Amino acid sequence: MHLQLSREINSVRSVKESEDTQQQIIRETFHLVSKRDENVCNFLEGGLLIGGSDNKLIYRHYATLYFVFCVDSSESELGILDLIQVFVETLDKCFENVCELDLIFHVDKVHNILAEMVMGGMVLETNMNEIVTQIDAQNKLEKSEAGLAGAPARAVSAVKNMNLPEIPRNINIGDISIKVPNLPTFK
Amino acid sequence: MSDVVERTLSALPGLLGQHDPGAGPGGAGGPGRVSASSRLGSLIRSITALTSKHEEEKLIQQELTSLKATVSAPSTTLRLMKECMVRLIYCEMLGYESSFGYIHAIKLAQQGNLLEKRVGYLAVSLFLHENHELLLLLVNTVVKDLQSTNLVEVCMALTVVSQIFPREMIPAVLPLIEDKLQHSKEIIRRKAVQALYKFYLIAPNQVQHIHDKFRKALCDRDAGVMAASLHIYLQMIKENSSGYKDLTGSFVTILKQVVGGKLSADFNYHSVPAPWLQIQLLRILGLLGKDDPRTSELMYDVLDESLRRAEINHNITYAILFECVQTIYTIHPKSELLEKAAKCIGKFVLSPKINLKYLGLKALTYVIQQDPNLALQHQMTIIECLDHPDPIIKRETLELLYRITNGQNVIVIVQKMLDYLKEGQEEYAIISLVGKIAELWFIQTMNAVFSVGGDVVHSDIPNNFLRLLAEGFDDEKEDHQLRVYAVQSYLALLEEEDKLYPQKFLQVMSWVLGEYFSLVTDVDPEVILTKLHSLLKKTFVTSETKAWIMAAVTKIASHTSCSKTVDEIIQELSSSLDTCLRQYAFELKHLCEDKALMKSLLPFDASCSDLVVDASLSFLDGFVAEGLAHGAAPYKPHHQRQEEKLSQEKALNFEPYGLSFASSVSSSGVTGRQSPTGLSFGSDISGNSAETGHKETNTLKLEGVRKLWGKEGYLPKKENKTGKENEPQAVPCGSLLAGQVGEAPALRPEQGASLSEEDKEKQQLASTLFIGLGASAGVSLMGKADTATQKFKRKSKITETHAASNFDPLLDTVPDNVEDSEGSVHTGLRKGSPSSSDTVEDNLAFETPQSLRKSVLDDRISANRLSQSSLFADSNIEIFQPSSSAQCESASETPLVPSLPEELEELPHSEVVGLCQSDALALHLCKVWTDDSLLLIVFVSNKTTAALHAVNLVFEETEHFQILESATSHFPVIEAQSVEHCQKCVRMNKVCTQAILPASVSYQSEMETCLEFSVTLSLMDFIRPMEMTTEDFGKLWLSLSNDVKQNIKMSPCQDSLSAALDTLQQKLKLHRVDVIGNEGILACQLLPSVPCLLHCRTHSGMLALWFRSPCAALPDGLLYQCQKVMEES
Repeated sequence: MHLQLSREINSVRSVKESEDTQQQIIRETFHLVSKRDENVCNFLEGGLLIGGSDNKLIYRHYATLYFVFCVDSSESELGILDLIQVFVETLDKCFENVCELDLIFHVDKVHNILAEMVMGGMVLETNMNEIVTQIDAQNKLEKSEAGLAGAPARAVSAVKNMNLPEIPRNINIGDISIKVPNLPTFK
Repeated sequence: MSDVVERTLSALPGLLGQHDPGAGPGGAGGPGRVSASSRLGSLIRSITALTSKHEEEKLIQQELTSLKATVSAPSTTLRLMKECMVRLIYCEMLGYESSFGYIHAIKLAQQGNLLEKRVGYLAVSLFLHENHELLLLLVNTVVKDLQSTNLVEVCMALTVVSQIFPREMIPAVLPLIEDKLQHSKEIIRRKAVQALYKFYLIAPNQVQHIHDKFRKALCDRDAGVMAASLHIYLQMIKENSSGYKDLTGSFVTILKQVVGGKLSADFNYHSVPAPWLQIQLLRILGLLGKDDPRTSELMYDVLDESLRRAEINHNITYAILFECVQTIYTIHPKSELLEKAAKCIGKFVLSPKINLKYLGLKALTYVIQQDPNLALQHQMTIIECLDHPDPIIKRETLELLYRITNGQNVIVIVQKMLDYLKEGQEEYAIISLVGKIAELWFIQTMNAVFSVGGDVVHSDIPNNFLRLLAEGFDDEKEDHQLRVYAVQSYLALLEEEDKLYPQKFLQVMSWVLGEYFSLVTDVDPEVILTKLHSLLKKTFVTSETKAWIMAAVTKIASHTSCSKTVDEIIQELSSSLDTCLRQYAFELKHLCEDKALMKSLLPFDASCSDLVVDASLSFLDGFVAEGLAHGAAPYKPHHQRQEEKLSQEKALNFEPYGLSFASSVSSSGVTGRQSPTGLSFGSDISGNSAETGHKETNTLKLEGVRKLWGKEGYLPKKENKTGKENEPQAVPCGSLLAGQVGEAPALRPEQGASLSEEDKEKQQLASTLFIGLGASAGVSLMGKADTATQKFKRKSKITETHAASNFDPLLDTVPDNVEDSEGSVHTGLRKGSPSSSDTVEDNLAFETPQSLRKSVLDDRISANRLSQSSLFADSNIEIFQPSSSAQCESASETPLVPSLPEELEELPHSEVVGLCQSDALALHLCKVWTDDSLLLIVFVSNKTTAALHAVNLVFEETEHFQILESATSHFPVIEAQSVEHCQKCVRMNKVCTQAILPASVSYQSEMETCLEFSVTLSLMDFIRPMEMTTEDFGKLWLSLSNDVKQNIKMSPCQDSLSAALDTLQQKLKLHRVDVIGNEGILACQLLPSVPCLLHCRTHSGMLALWFRSPCAALPDGLLYQCQKVMEES
C-alpha cells in the first residue's frame, strides 16, 4: 500500500495482480527514472500505472544504481529520501562495502534486509544499527545451522533454541522512557 | 516499450563487465563473496552475455524447463530446492512465468530449516498475490511458526503475515498474534503490531475487538513498538478523526518528549531525534486538529517547539519542517504559527536545492487558498520555476498557477500549460493537464488540446465545449464572431487533406460546421459538404464520428437547395453496412423530399432553445414506416433501435440543455433542504470552493473566470498584453477591475526601472500571472467587490429610514457576515402587509436606486396592477370538471365566497379561486406565500341547506411536493351554508417548473361522494427573495458550481437593464442585490433555503442571464421563468 514498490529499479514489486502489470510498471518506472537529468528533483509524479496522482516515485541515484520507492500521499517525500539513504547504508554495512554485483547475486538477502526496514509497506525500523544487528544475528544463526546440517539432531535443536541476542534498547532507563499519560484505559 | 526492456538488459552486461575485472584486485567484496560459481551466478552471466531479447527468452525458457524438472523430482533436497527458488525469483523478476514453482516455495517454507524457510517465505511473498488460492496452504505453516520457540521463525512468520495473508484466514492466526503483543522481545511486539496493521487494512472488522490492544501498544515502553502502532492510528484517524480526539493529548506529549530529546541517542538520525516518528506524529496531529479549534489549541505549543528545533540544515529536518508547515495550515489557524510557517515556506521556495523547491511549491499550492499573498511574495521565484529545466518542477508550478487562475490571468496561464503540453510526452501528464486547460478553455486552446490530447480526452470536455459554444456568452456579436471563427478554423484544418485528427476533434468539428456553417457567408455550403463527404469516406473515421458528420450534413442540406453532394452521400450510404448510417441516409433522403418539414425540424441555431422532447421519437415513426414500406429497413430488435435512437439524439442534439431540470433529480437541492448548514455561506469559502472544484472536474469550471476572457478567448494574439495592469482602461471591463489593480503595487514595472531587461520581462509575466490575486481575490469574480460594497452601503443609507422599521425574520438563518442588517433591503414578501400590491410598492420604493425612484413611483400604480396580475397569472388553477366551471364562476359570486382569515389576510396571497364543486359542496383555493413556505388554504363551502358530515380532504404526495404535517384534513361536520377552511404547508422537493398536486375530497350527504381535483403549483410559488450583500453574493457565487447561461431578447419597451431587473424583481420575487453599469445581480432562494444567484448583463437589446445554484435543476427552472416573464412583458 505505501511502500509497495521498493527495490532496485529492475525488481520493483507491485500488487501482483498480473505479471503483465508488474512488468509494465517496472518498464515505465525505468523509462521515467532513467531519462531524468542529474540536477533535477528526486520526485516523480505517478504515471497511470502506479495508481495516478496520489502515488509518486521517489528515487535516489547511486553510481549505476537507482533505488526507487513508490509511495502514496501518506509518506513524507524527504523522509523517504532519507529512508533510501538508510537502506543503502545498511546494505553497505551488511555486505561490507556493497557493490551492484552483491545486489544481483544476493537478491534474497537484499529482500531480507528491506523486510527488516519496511514491513507490509510500512516503515518498521529506521535505526541502522538495529537493522544490522538483527541481520547479523540471523545470519549467524543460519550459518551455524547450515554448518550443523550433518550434526546429530540434538545438537541442532540446541542451536535452534538459542535466543536472539538481546539488543539493549534505550527506553527502559528510568524516567527517560516515553510515557503516555492521558490514556484513560490504562493509566 | 520493448526497446526499453532491451535497454535494461543491455545495460546489465556493461554493468557486470565493468566490475568483474576490477572485482579481483579492488577486492572490496572479493570475487569469492559473489558466488560466481553458483547456478544463479552462471545463469546471470549467460544472460548478460546475450545480445537480443529473443535469445534471452530462449535461454530463460531452457532454464525454466530444467528448473521444473528439478523441483518436481522427488530426490531433490531442500538445499537444492532453495537454490532453485532463488533462480526462480530471478526469472520472475525478469518477467517470466514460473507458476510451477509456487507450490514448491510453500513446501520449502514449511519443511526447510531456517535458511531454507526464509527463502521459501520470501519466494511466496514475491510470487503470490493477495488472492492467490495457494496462499491458503501457507496458513498452517504460519500458525506452526508463530508457535515456535525460535524467535527467528516467529519473526519470519510475522513478516510474511504483514506482507501477504488471505483475509478469510485471519481468525486462524489472530489470537496467536495478539499473544505476541505481550512478548518480552520488543522486535516481536513490533512486528506483531505491524501484522495487526495489515489485518486492519484488509479486514477492519476482524480486529475491531482489539482496539484497546492498540492503545496498549501505543503506551508500550519501547518506542519502536509505539512507533509501529502509529501506523494503525494514522489510518484509523484518517478514516474517522472524531473518534480519537481523546488521544490528542497523548500524541502531543509523545511528540513533546521526542522533540525534547527524551529518546535515547539510538533513535537519532543525523542528530535529529527519531525524525520519522516526528513526521508520523505531525501528520496525526494535522488530521486531529482539522476544523477543530479546541483540539488545535492543544498542539500549538508543540508545533512551535518543533519549528524551533528543526533548525539544523539537513534534509531530514526539512522533512520535519515541511510536515510542521502542512499541519499548521491544516489545523485551526493561529496567526503566530501561520507567520512562522509562511517563513518556512519561503525558505523552501527560495532554496537552491531542487527537492526543497519542489516541496516549497507544493506547500504554496496547498496554502494558496488561505493565503494568496504568499504567492505574491514569491512570484518571481514562481516565474523562474516556470522555465525550470525539470518538468516535474514545471508541472508543480502549473498546478500552483491553476489554483490561482482568475479572469485576468487565464490566458497567460493556459498558454503556459499548452507550452508544457507540447513538450511533455507522458500520457499521464497530458490527461491531467488537458483536464485543467479545458476548464480554462478558449477556442484556439481547445483546438490544440483536441489535437494533442486526442482521444484520451474525457468525453465530457468536448460536450461542454460545444455546449458553451452553443449557449454563447454575453454578447450576440461576440458569439457570432466566435462561431464564425470556429467554423473558419475548422475549415482551414480540414483543408489539409490527409491529416489525421482524433475522433473527438472530428466530432466537434462536424457539429460546429453543421450548426454554424451559414454564418460564414463567403464559403459555399457545397464546399463544406464536399469536405464532410470526403471525411465520410475515410477509413480511420469511426462510425460514431460518421454519425456526427451525417448529422452535420443533414443540417447543411436543410439550408441548401438540392445539392449534388448530398445526393451522392445518400446514394453511397443507403447501401452502407452500418445500419445506423444507413438510417441516417434514409432520413436525409426523405427530409430532402420535404423541404418544409426539414426546415421546421432543423431550425437554425436552435441547439439551446428549449425544445419539447418527444422521448420516444415518435416524430420519426412516419419516416421509419415509410422506410419500411420501401423495404429499406428490415426489422430491428428493440434494444438495437434503442441504441440508435440514443446515438441519433446525441448527434442531432435534439436533447435540449434547458430541459434537464424536468427529469434530473436535484440531489444537491434535497440535501440543501435537509441541512441548510451544508450550504457554504460561511467565510471559509476558500477551502470549500477548492473541494467543489475538485469534485466538479467533469464540468467546465467557470468560477473565478471572468467573462472578459470570452472576449479575448478567441483572439490569442491579445494574450500577452502585459501592459494590462498599467492601463486598466484598456482592459475590457477595466473600470470594474480598477480597484484590484491597485492592490499589487509591487508588481509595477516602473519599480524595476533599474532592473535588467530579462528581469523586467519576468516581472511583466509575474504581473500578468498574479493580477487579481490580492486580498480581495476571493470575490474577484464580480471584479468589483470594493466599489460595489461602497455603493451598496451608500444606497442603504438612503433606504435606511424606510427599512429600519422592518424586521427581517430570516436574518437569523443567514450567517453573521450580513453586516448591514439594518440596511438590508426587504422585499415585500417578507413582511406582513395588507395586500400584495402594497408590498410590491414598498419593495420598489426601497430597492430602486435613487435616480430611478421617481419614475418608478410615478408608474407604480400601473406596476402594481401588473405585478398583481402576474402573480396570479401563474397560479394556473386547474378545474378538473369542465362542466362545473361555469357554475364555479357563479358560485364565487354567491355569498359563500370565502375570505381569508385575518391573520392570513396580512400575508401576500393569491385571489381565492374556485377549485371544483358538486351539488353539495364547493372548493376554493387561495395560495399564501409566507416567508418559509407555501400555504394552500382550501375552503370547503357547504352549498346545501343541510349539514355535511365526514368531509375528508386528502392531498396526495407526489415526487415534486411534500406536504408538511398531515396531508389530510377532516371536518366532522360542515353546517349548512357555511364555509370551513384548512391550510396545508407545501414544500417543493424536486425542482420542476410546474406540476400538479392531486387531491380529493370526500363527504357524506345522502351517500358517500368523492370529488377529485388538483392544484397546479409553479416553481415561482416556492421562490423567495434572498437578501445578501454584494460581497456575500460574490463569495457565494464562487462556491456554487451549477451554472446556466442564456441570452434572451428584450422587448423594445424595456430594453434598459433597470427595466429588465424591475420585471424580474416584481414578477419572480428576486432580490436585487446590486446594479453596476450594465450589470445587475439578483438573488433568490428556493424554499426552504436553496439559493440561486443571477447575474444579468445587457448589451444591444439582449439580456445575458447567468444563473448559479447548488441545485442543478434550479437554474434551468428559473431561466425558464425568466424567459417567460421577459417575453410576456
